[in-house]
Amino acid sequence: MEDGEQNKELEVAPALIAVHPTQDSVAVAVGSDLRVFNLKTGCPVQLVDDTAEPFHRDSIRAVCYGSNGKLLVTAGDDKLVKIWHTDGWSCICTVLSEKRVSAVAISNDGLFISFADKFGVVWVVDLDGFHDHQSLASKKAVPILAHYCSIITSLEFSPDGRFIISADRDFKIRVTVFPKETSDGAHEIQSFCLGHTEFVSCLAFVWDSDNPDGLLVSGSGDSTVRLWDITSGSLLDTCEVGAEAGSQGFQLSNGKEDECCPAITDLCAIPICSLVAVVIQGLSGVVLLSCNLSDKTLSITQVISIKGEAFIPTSMGTSSSSDELWMVAGVSSLQGSNSNSLARVKAISGFIKMKPDSGEVVATVLEDKDIPGGMQLLEKLQGSAEIKEEVVLAAAETLKTAMRNLLIKKQYSVEKREFRKRGRNDRKTKH
Amino acid sequence: MLASAHYETLHHLQGLSQNSYNFLWGKSARNSKVSTLKLIKLSNSGDGRRLRLRFGPGRKMLKNETNPHFSKTTRLPRKRFYRARAHSNPLSDSHFPVPISPCHVDYSLHYPQLFPSSDQTVHSKKIQFADIGCGFGGLLISLSTLFPDTLMIGMELRDKVTEYVKERILALRVENPGQYQNVSVVRTNSMKYIPNYFEKGQLSKMFFLFPDPHFKEKNHRRRVISPHLLDEYAYALCTGGIIYTITDVEELGEWMKACLEGHPMFEALRDEELEADPVVKLLSSATEEGQKVARNGGQTFQAVYRRVVPSL
Repeated sequence: MEDGEQNKELEVAPALIAVHPTQDSVAVAVGSDLRVFNLKTGCPVQLVDDTAEPFHRDSIRAVCYGSNGKLLVTAGDDKLVKIWHTDGWSCICTVLSEKRVSAVAISNDGLFISFADKFGVVWVVDLDGFHDHQSLASKKAVPILAHYCSIITSLEFSPDGRFIISADRDFKIRVTVFPKETSDGAHEIQSFCLGHTEFVSCLAFVWDSDNPDGLLVSGSGDSTVRLWDITSGSLLDTCEVGAEAGSQGFQLSNGKEDECCPAITDLCAIPICSLVAVVIQGLSGVVLLSCNLSDKTLSITQVISIKGEAFIPTSMGTSSSSDELWMVAGVSSLQGSNSNSLARVKAISGFIKMKPDSGEVVATVLEDKDIPGGMQLLEKLQGSAEIKEEVVLAAAETLKTAMRNLLIKKQYSVEKREFRKRGRNDRKTKH
Repeated sequence: MLASAHYETLHHLQGLSQNSYNFLWGKSARNSKVSTLKLIKLSNSGDGRRLRLRFGPGRKMLKNETNPHFSKTTRLPRKRFYRARAHSNPLSDSHFPVPISPCHVDYSLHYPQLFPSSDQTVHSKKIQFADIGCGFGGLLISLSTLFPDTLMIGMELRDKVTEYVKERILALRVENPGQYQNVSVVRTNSMKYIPNYFEKGQLSKMFFLFPDPHFKEKNHRRRVISPHLLDEYAYALCTGGIIYTITDVEELGEWMKACLEGHPMFEALRDEELEADPVVKLLSSATEEGQKVARNGGQTFQAVYRRVVPSL
């Protein structure tokens, strides 16, 4: 019975958001539902999917735009990886995965799509031929590397495209040289970034024009965000986001004494100002970290709290040039609620005025009516113009449990473990 | 023998057996001393229950003065008191401590005479040999005197077996002052945690002796030599470092050879190099498993490869 309950919670997926690199469109995934709003025309997008496996049938776990903005990739628990063309918004290819997909990334040159499954294998799809608008129907994925039977939580390509970085629930971040010939596999490991003491949940690169290679930041279930040198794998700085936000007077839990620290759920680098936005379980708002690329340090500059309503973001996205940070809060399905697949969307604006050193409070949470795209966008992406606060709160709570069940190792007491071993035959003969 | 040793089990079976059971006796391929009793339920095949029983040592041998777990003549721990299951699940979540990174490995616990203080985080000398799945530690003990200046570690997933090797090394250190200070053992899942113990290019030799064969195709991902895991071994080995594998299972031998042959960062040692390497001879003679195979006149299949820089 306990197992059955757990399984239901396991199936809960967070709502996800992705923003087109020049903010032409915004995509939100809630459960199996993919919603796209075109900001250029100000219209909701009608997706077209004529492939053999039309549309997602189970929770979408990853949404990602290519850096040239031509592609959107979605993938999830239905073991489908769908490649959408952002011009006509049709699905140009559905790649079948053997296992549930947990992360996707598109190489910076737009030539490869990489996705990772829950068994720790990273696959690559070669997009050669896509640019001639040929059919991609027969695209097959090849496995290039594997973490040993561990859920991969995040995948990233390094800004220079030399490395592919994969993070897993066994506290590891692996930096692998991306091969010239993907069919041969990626055998050369550049480094392991080790230092987290819980599952690694998210990865991002921070870079600017002076440091085009950038630095890797990672968020984890241990409540910290860490800064890494991927060439050597050395830890450059650690920011105890959970503890510091807590000490600044922000309440991170619902009042109950929580036995484990709040996990970092998402990271988003804001390219125009070397800031990293961080969302953490239980905090109604966003923590902004400033990353000093020359000193290689990471520190909290500001906590933007959302006033007037509870809003614990589950995912964030931003474009490479514009001023808004987009956030979504929601889950795939809530038990005991008929308002399925609802998600709240919000945006923060004003980063362009934030100078790295001033520390001045400029970034503000936009009112619903001021969001680019306005109410029409909210109606499309949220599923409804207005979302009740309770729904968002319940979603955050469900998600917390789901994440804990999925990624944190179960701690059995010594007695319980001995009890479980009692049935073993080699123990029976001992007494 | 069956009736006396396993009365309880049989009693238990009778409780179950409204249905007819077919008893099949089989000898375990890996250990001739251990017999396996397999039960296959023939009728009412709802759940197809299948039981596996293992025969332990007789009970009368337990009486002994002082510490019965140690031999009176050699003062070494006796293997029979550290019996464990032959297999362990490498996929399950681990409940033993794992160092966060290689610099968190406490050398003073493993090599107390060579590293008296535990505050040292940068070690003048690092572990260079790793015996993955060291079992009862036969190879480590032989290597320890053959390479007295090299630090080496055995990695083993089964806790009782690790405990035995630990006691064995401690006893050897007491019996032979000044010797065996360079060997140690750790309980860990090396398929998951190699990067937590060794830096890039730290190792010069890795040993995979008589690993679990995992015959079923669906269990091939549990094999300790596999194309993807070789990437991690190549990471831990220095250029020119050598990986030694040996097995008595022909199918597995071919598999390991094929994995290594297909990997761009490993090349086979030539016959004359194998001839000149003193360690190669130890593969079949030093380990408990190897001795067992030799006793039974079995065949072994080895694959020895060198870590090379991949050609671009």
